[in-house]
Amino acid sequence: MAIVTVGKKACAVNPLKMSQPIGGAFAFLGLRGSMPLLHGSQGCTSFGLTLFVRHFKEAVPLQTTAMSEVATVLGGYENVEQAVLNIYNRTKPEIIGICSTGVTETKGDDVEGYIKTIRQKHPQLAKFPMVYVATPDFKDAFQDGWEKTVARMVEVLVETPKVAARRDRSRVNVLPGCHLTPGDLDEIRTIMEDFGLEPSFLPDLAGSLDGHIPDEFVPTTIGGISVDEVAVMGQAAWTIAIGAQMRRAAEAMEKKTGTPFKVFERLCGLLPNDEFMVFLSEISGRPVPLKYRRQRGQLADAMLDAHFHIGGRKLAIGAEPDLLFDLSSMLQEMGAKVTAAVTTTQSPVLEWIKTEEVLIGDLEDLENLAKARGCDLLITHSHGRQAAERLNIPFYRAGFPMFDRLGAGHQLSVGYRGTRDLIFDIANLIIADHEDNRQPTPDTWRIEGAGADGEVLAASLH
Amino acid sequence: MSSLSATIQDVFNEPGCGKNANKSEAERKKGCTKQLQPGGAAGGCAFDGAKIALQPLTDVAHLVHGPIACEGNSWDNRGAKSSGSNIWRTGFTTDINETDVIFGGEKRLYKAVKEIIEKYDPPAVFVYQTCVPAMIGDDINAVCKAASQKFGKPVIPINSPGFVGPKNLGNKLAGEALLEHVIGTEEPDFTTPYDLNIIGEYNLSGELWQVKPLLDELGIRILSCISGDGRYREVAYSHRARAAMMVCSKAMINVARKMEERYGIPFFEGSFYGIEDSSDSLREIARLLIERGAPDELMARTEAVIAREEAKAWAAIEPYKPRFEGKKVLLITGGVKSWSVVAALQEAGLELVGTSVKKSTKEDKERIKELMGQDAHMIDDMTPREMYKMMKDAKADIMLSGGKSQFVALKAGMPWLDINQERSHAYMGYVGMVKLVQEIDKALYNPMWQQLRQPAPWESTAKNWQAKAIAQMDAETAALAADPEAAEKARRARKICHCKTVDLGTIEDAIAAHALTTTDGVKQHTNASGGCGACAARIEDILAALPATATSTFAILQAAE
Repeated sequence: MAIVTVGKKACAVNPLKMSQPIGGAFAFLGLRGSMPLLHGSQGCTSFGLTLFVRHFKEAVPLQTTAMSEVATVLGGYENVEQAVLNIYNRTKPEIIGICSTGVTETKGDDVEGYIKTIRQKHPQLAKFPMVYVATPDFKDAFQDGWEKTVARMVEVLVETPKVAARRDRSRVNVLPGCHLTPGDLDEIRTIMEDFGLEPSFLPDLAGSLDGHIPDEFVPTTIGGISVDEVAVMGQAAWTIAIGAQMRRAAEAMEKKTGTPFKVFERLCGLLPNDEFMVFLSEISGRPVPLKYRRQRGQLADAMLDAHFHIGGRKLAIGAEPDLLFDLSSMLQEMGAKVTAAVTTTQSPVLEWIKTEEVLIGDLEDLENLAKARGCDLLITHSHGRQAAERLNIPFYRAGFPMFDRLGAGHQLSVGYRGTRDLIFDIANLIIADHEDNRQPTPDTWRIEGAGADGEVLAASLH
Repeated sequence: MSSLSATIQDVFNEPGCGKNANKSEAERKKGCTKQLQPGGAAGGCAFDGAKIALQPLTDVAHLVHGPIACEGNSWDNRGAKSSGSNIWRTGFTTDINETDVIFGGEKRLYKAVKEIIEKYDPPAVFVYQTCVPAMIGDDINAVCKAASQKFGKPVIPINSPGFVGPKNLGNKLAGEALLEHVIGTEEPDFTTPYDLNIIGEYNLSGELWQVKPLLDELGIRILSCISGDGRYREVAYSHRARAAMMVCSKAMINVARKMEERYGIPFFEGSFYGIEDSSDSLREIARLLIERGAPDELMARTEAVIAREEAKAWAAIEPYKPRFEGKKVLLITGGVKSWSVVAALQEAGLELVGTSVKKSTKEDKERIKELMGQDAHMIDDMTPREMYKMMKDAKADIMLSGGKSQFVALKAGMPWLDINQERSHAYMGYVGMVKLVQEIDKALYNPMWQQLRQPAPWESTAKNWQAKAIAQMDAETAALAADPEAAEKARRARKICHCKTVDLGTIEDAIAAHALTTTDGVKQHTNASGGCGACAARIEDILAALPATATSTFAILQAAE
């Protein structure tokens, strides 16, 4: 049981946290034909856009209401209206997802009200899908923005099924947390399809940001789940939420459609995947396919091979709550000690982490803790690179953003196979670090000052 | 101390800016910022611009006062390089929360400065204002003053909240902050007749170091670089330089001009991109220094270095000539600031397509630069389908551009090279030009392209998106040819001004209706060229191409009146 503490510094140094609005925009990127729109000054969008582009190495649609100083003071109705019309006319999207920012929240723009007025004024937009989420920058973090946005999508876009409509036994909704990559989603999709299930992902980043070459280029998202498909999610037999952050959206789904849900807080590691397989087997009525029995064996063997390297490691990890819980638990189960844990925002899973303390703080905190406690493995996003250099310990990049290495969209952590590869990657980093930096020398085990003491000892004998 | 709005007004009045000097009083008041279009804007805010301009100062702690978005989403994301301190890469932010928004964030800001000085002890702290604290009325000037007095260290307010305008305004506001609070506040240990300031150079990918060895060899000392690989103290005593080079962009012209005004430091606008421009810049540096008292022999030494370096660079490019024969480059950018890059690429045997580039007079060069700037703008607006067709039509072998056209070009199986800000290679000076040529060669001759251009075995070439796109557009062209009315409509729908979204038809109608003969007239009636102004050249073409009869009829009518 970890105690969650909140840092008391006035100045955050080397932020771990990304802002809430871009977490919201990220969720909208998992819808097909979508244009996320941040209601704020244009920098709010351009910083987020740069992050996404550098992380995925893809063109990313993201627009701004381009609030000026004057518009901010007077209220942003005209900017929202113009932005929606411009986007609607120029890029012909299937949906516009709007997130507020610190600027417009400080003023207190009533965007829900604006949308109503826009729909009345422009009949062509009367039924056009628009979803608005309040995501001020000065509250919460990236993961919260995603959580609120997906819950809001469910509330606005999913239709309540007609009374007594039959549920489709094979159809299952999947609500993935923002800590999963497009590669993770595809892995989960494959697993579920192997059980004869038909999953619908909300949001589906695998459709839009997996780096595929689209048949036809569009200025909006190039794939993802369509608005129509979201609308009928209420007919599915089950909802699977992955990550504690998705409980809220799963509950909204149940409330609106009666679809029962199950939350998997983790999908990295042996036992969480056992639980997942059993559940899929139960709801599909099929036995676990041979393929996964073999993969389970491979994971078990990987754990055996890697525990020599991972066991006893003192882990310093900085990540958003769900990713922190997932990765640190898996490594703890492999014998690593969660020695320094820093996160961005509150979450029920933080208490379950098997360490003494989880700090809501920044990368300076993580670096200091890691140094003071002698950590020898660092896991965080790319911004940890400076700390890793100073600490001179193996550094595994995980989370968002990952801008200084390729393949961020395909890094796997879920499933037996994903866990197996992740374990190999981390163990190999440790092995390489050992070879490069920790080779023994004749002086490695010499006790410091022993030479001098020895002389003193010899002198006293005479 | 002037208010933020007064500073912005002052920046807009910048007489050193050529564009500005040509504007009317009323236009100047409106400012040089392009009106941002909601739902159609791209690019950073004024805060972003200020941070970009100053962040390369390596030993300064850059503290961002605002919610997490401003620093959390953007820190340590620039490719500038440092030869010393790395504190500039540390992200400092007050990360204000809801309580701060309600009760004010000044106390937190003051404490943040204190924490930074206690923990990191930098020579100076720069405090950046952002939108939210600006809205709630946090007075960062007052906090910085108090902190400065209390801690005995320069704490400099950078007043450039995002919503006052775009990135380029922020560059200038950053310059104003340096002029007001930093430049002239310290003295160098010693001075020489060879002391030079370089203004507006950020040392991205370390490219300043491609030129610095030559300056070192000539005995020219970079007294201060604002701001690439710069140190706080160097900026503080930069007013003792003999001459300054303003690196070709208008971003920091206010700094160069005001330093000339206040301290009598002459400056020239130059560039180290391309071989000719590098040589010109070295000559100009020598000339200015000699004018200010350096010995005349500096020029002869400079010419010797230029001759040696030019010969070396051309010799290094020579082997690529046969490999580049018949290869076509589609050059689309506003990012290459220099004509001489174009000249060097041509010299290397590459044919440039997409822009009507030929060796000609200086005015022509200016015009081509403007055209390229406009085209860079245009390509952002292009659909990928159109872009692909353009590459096909131009029969280009490689595309050089910047920004988001990257993904379209690469996905279309087109070799591509980044020549804008985000690039990871250094292309400055003579060695940089050679590097650019090498990179082009590497991209062109990668065997990967052949495999990628082949369809999957289960797909026919006729069905891939490239073929479909071409077929679609050919069909559209054919349909237009068969239907003159639609063709005319399409012709008139061609967008001329991308900032203000003005099409050809609107401009032609305005010209006809109001007997316009100048671009200014067109601007007044249609708003075209009222944004970045780069499309003025196109409007001139339209005016020139109009049937003489139309204008002369109007002229007669006017004369009759």
